[in-house]
Amino acid sequence: MKISKVVERMKPSGIREFFDLVIGMKDVISLGVGEPDFVTPWNICESAIFSLEKGYTSYTSNKGLYELRLAISRHLKNKSGIFYNPDRDILITTGVSEAVDLALRAILNKGDRILIPDPSYVSYEPVSEMAGGRVIQVKTSGNDGFKLTPALLKKYVSKNIKAIVLNYPANPTGVSYTRKELLGLCKVFVDNDLIVISDEIYDELTYDFPHTALPTLPGMKQRAIYLNGFSKAYAMTGWRVGYACGPEEIISAMTKIHQYTMLCSPIMGQLAAIEALRGSSRSVIEMKREYKRRREFIVSRLNEIGLHCAIPEGTFYVFPSIKNTGMCSAEFAKKLLYEEKVAVVPGTAFGQQGEGYIRIAYASGMDNLKEATERIGHFLKANVR
Amino acid sequence: MKEILEILERDARTTPEEIAKMLKKGVGAVKNAIKKYEKEGVIVKYKTVVNRDILKDDVQKVRALIEVRIAPQRGHGFDHIAERIYRFPEVLSCYLLSGSYDLLLVVEGRDIQDVSSFVSERLATINNVNSTVTHFILKRYKADGDILKRIERNHRVAISF
Repeated sequence: MKISKVVERMKPSGIREFFDLVIGMKDVISLGVGEPDFVTPWNICESAIFSLEKGYTSYTSNKGLYELRLAISRHLKNKSGIFYNPDRDILITTGVSEAVDLALRAILNKGDRILIPDPSYVSYEPVSEMAGGRVIQVKTSGNDGFKLTPALLKKYVSKNIKAIVLNYPANPTGVSYTRKELLGLCKVFVDNDLIVISDEIYDELTYDFPHTALPTLPGMKQRAIYLNGFSKAYAMTGWRVGYACGPEEIISAMTKIHQYTMLCSPIMGQLAAIEALRGSSRSVIEMKREYKRRREFIVSRLNEIGLHCAIPEGTFYVFPSIKNTGMCSAEFAKKLLYEEKVAVVPGTAFGQQGEGYIRIAYASGMDNLKEATERIGHFLKANVR
Repeated sequence: MKEILEILERDARTTPEEIAKMLKKGVGAVKNAIKKYEKEGVIVKYKTVVNRDILKDDVQKVRALIEVRIAPQRGHGFDHIAERIYRFPEVLSCYLLSGSYDLLLVVEGRDIQDVSSFVSERLATINNVNSTVTHFILKRYKADGDILKRIERNHRVAISF
């Protein structure tokens, strides 16, 4: 059977083989998981169970339950001071992943150029290509802490560039931006009339300064598609609930695609999300404190055992350099898995600029982190002269 | 430095070196803070949470919650009489409560008879103890924030983006 050319051209994940290896091995400490190790807070689970008992098992409106859109609108107003109209400007999606797809399909014509940072989360590039876009990678460098800067962006922008995907705090690097840094970037976005898809799913996991939502900055609300969801902050990855906020015409375009493909996000997830926003934020705060302690621990331990690791501003990832080992990322990850049974993700999974780095997720219990860093230390002693 | 307490309350085995890393403090400063907390009695002691229900062949001990009504004493209030009671090693916990009775005790004994005789011979006979109501504990589901059932935690896939 012949498959479509677009899919055929799509790069198979270069590390599929490595993943299969991890899954096939026993007693592995995995620091390769991109989701919280906490279970969804009980008030959220309990509320979803109750709604099932009451028989809430139907479709919802395409845009999602009005009550949830209203709760999100209020939440954003309280948190960032930005107002999105729950009737028109908010769409509930099946996780932010769907929202990324919808946003890209809603804005890209065949051949439209779009900027995507390298390294970045794995879906942006293939999904842009599926939408017909031409991806221009913005090559960030480890030497500059993998940050986008106005100077770097200016090398890439031109009249021909339509949009950019921004993700902060970022997977896989943990990089985030202060308000001041964002203002510099925004000027480039405005001057070049770019649409900005801003994936801020990790916003609650920002440790050193307050997170600034992109649409709150001058000139951005009319050009930003703000994406967020419940997976990371509320440990709700499996529920698949995200949302997109933006100008009415964009949201209705996205809703058009969504109504034919996903129809609506599952109702139990949406009801759970309402409870997440309505209930106490205690568990979010506690999780964040715990992640912060783990971040300090792992950064300090990695530097101690000889892997240079910058302190990431957010997420639950660190992105240490392995250049001093002389190995490439894939080789390092494979050898570490075989010799010490610790799984990490090679930086190259997120783009060529990730070569020489690995992604370590510290969304794992302290016991695991202690043991894993011991093993990595042992591995380095055995393999680095 | 109060965060040290939070960390130790969760896992008392965490070493000062590890805590220092987690809080970005010096090891010496953490050690001193812990010593100070110990000296002040903020840290009372380090114990292990044990669920004996799992040890099938173990001699099961019996626990009871006991409501105690007492007549407060002039000049001492409840404290004096409470001390008379909580000094018994059988008493694991002792709380002064608002509401329809005064003290709530958690008492442990070898078996029902053991606890009963403690109540009838020791507790009820103390001056100023007016009455007691004993509730034997049938099953412990959660104690001091810890769910005692083994919860299978790791449903996550081994690796994901």
